[in-house]
Amino acid sequence: MTFEERKQPGDGTFAASFSCPTCGRRVAMLANPMESQLVGALGVKIGGRTLDKQPMELTRSSIVGRDDAFVDAPAHTTKPSSVRWSRAGEERLSNVPKFVRGMVKKIYREWAAERGIEEITPAVMDEARADMGLEGM
Amino acid sequence: MSFRTYHEVAGTDRSDLMSQVLAQRDLVAKRLESVRRVVAVMSGKGGVGKSYVTAAVASAAAQAFADGKAGGGAVRGVGGVGVLDADLRSPTVARLLGATGPLRVGEDGVEPVVGRGGVLVVSTDLLLDEGQPLKWNEPDHERFVWRGLLEAGTLREFLSDVVWGRLDLLLIDLPPGADGVIDLLELVPNLAGALIVTIPSEESRRSVARTMRSATNAGIPILGVVENMSGYLCASCDTPGSLFEGDAGADLAREFDVPLIGRIPFAPGGRGGRIRRWPRQPSRYGTWSTCASVRSHEVPLHRLRQTDDLRRAEATGGRDLRGVI
Repeated sequence: MTFEERKQPGDGTFAASFSCPTCGRRVAMLANPMESQLVGALGVKIGGRTLDKQPMELTRSSIVGRDDAFVDAPAHTTKPSSVRWSRAGEERLSNVPKFVRGMVKKIYREWAAERGIEEITPAVMDEARADMGLEGM
Repeated sequence: MSFRTYHEVAGTDRSDLMSQVLAQRDLVAKRLESVRRVVAVMSGKGGVGKSYVTAAVASAAAQAFADGKAGGGAVRGVGGVGVLDADLRSPTVARLLGATGPLRVGEDGVEPVVGRGGVLVVSTDLLLDEGQPLKWNEPDHERFVWRGLLEAGTLREFLSDVVWGRLDLLLIDLPPGADGVIDLLELVPNLAGALIVTIPSEESRRSVARTMRSATNAGIPILGVVENMSGYLCASCDTPGSLFEGDAGADLAREFDVPLIGRIPFAPGGRGGRIRRWPRQPSRYGTWSTCASVRSHEVPLHRLRQTDDLRRAEATGGRDLRGVI
């Protein structure tokens, strides 16, 4: 079976689905809320980390508070990039949780720049995601 | 049908949760490599002014560092003082230090905000909407199960994910009780010690003594006791008067053989949650021997020397408080 996707419906549960690479049969695993919350509260990632931990990741995703509590610091060393975002690409990016959005944007931008891609569209994002193994983003 | 145990399953553990947890601890240790001392400010009792004392010591220490530097001013990252507000549910120290958000997120972590006197501050007060309590983004049932984990995780991230830079002193303002400092010790094994805050009453002495016992049992050095609300200063003429009965500060200092670092009278002057008049030294507002000691990198905090005034106060059982209050 091959891991397909991970979902957190928002009710405290956590679901992972797998598929058979030969026949496509899918199975899903559903964890109960308490187990999911306990593991989540440790600030670890089930299935291992595919991305570096973000600053105050647990705090920012766990505390209900001000929307403007955190802002991105000006990047002092970021090189100017000629890569631009399509409107559809930006719309899709807006679905990424705010506390990791800046980092996700940077990943896509660098991936596109390395390949000489001038515009990031949803198709480019799909390609990058598959290339980097970033399922669920 | 046959079953295999977890240990018989071939292949790697992709989650590798234990490694992730250990990596979190490593991040804390790495971040604190540039911090000379971490000191907890604690009490067994709520409402004794831990945050006030934290803010006052931080301000005074920052000023002491600044005075010792050419050009003055607490330079960020050089001889600095930081305050981590670990009282997540009732955060006040950020406001006392005039520190406001937002927190800026850079590639190396979250930058603390800068409060009065250049003191670096991180607090949940910066994250919450005005007047709103701390609330976790979790289902409303069985919250007690993971709330403790989330609080511990937040404290850990306040240590590991904040760009504290080079600090001479990082003060941790703990919530009331003994658990906070024990949890902190797991994250910061080389904790320099704990500063104890009490008010003069017997009730406070009993409560704070239990906390001090827990701390000493855990091997945490007690740096000294600060007695807050130690009398009352008239707002117009500064004449001292009594406020609480009792002598908890001196009693605790004797019982645990630690210095009575200062007695701070209740001095009206706060307005709108901000303190206009800070304790100064030497004066009737209290003595801050901590400030003198942290000026010298060579003097460990746990070897604080008491001032002559304090020695005299102790020698007379607290009857002679000249120079102390």
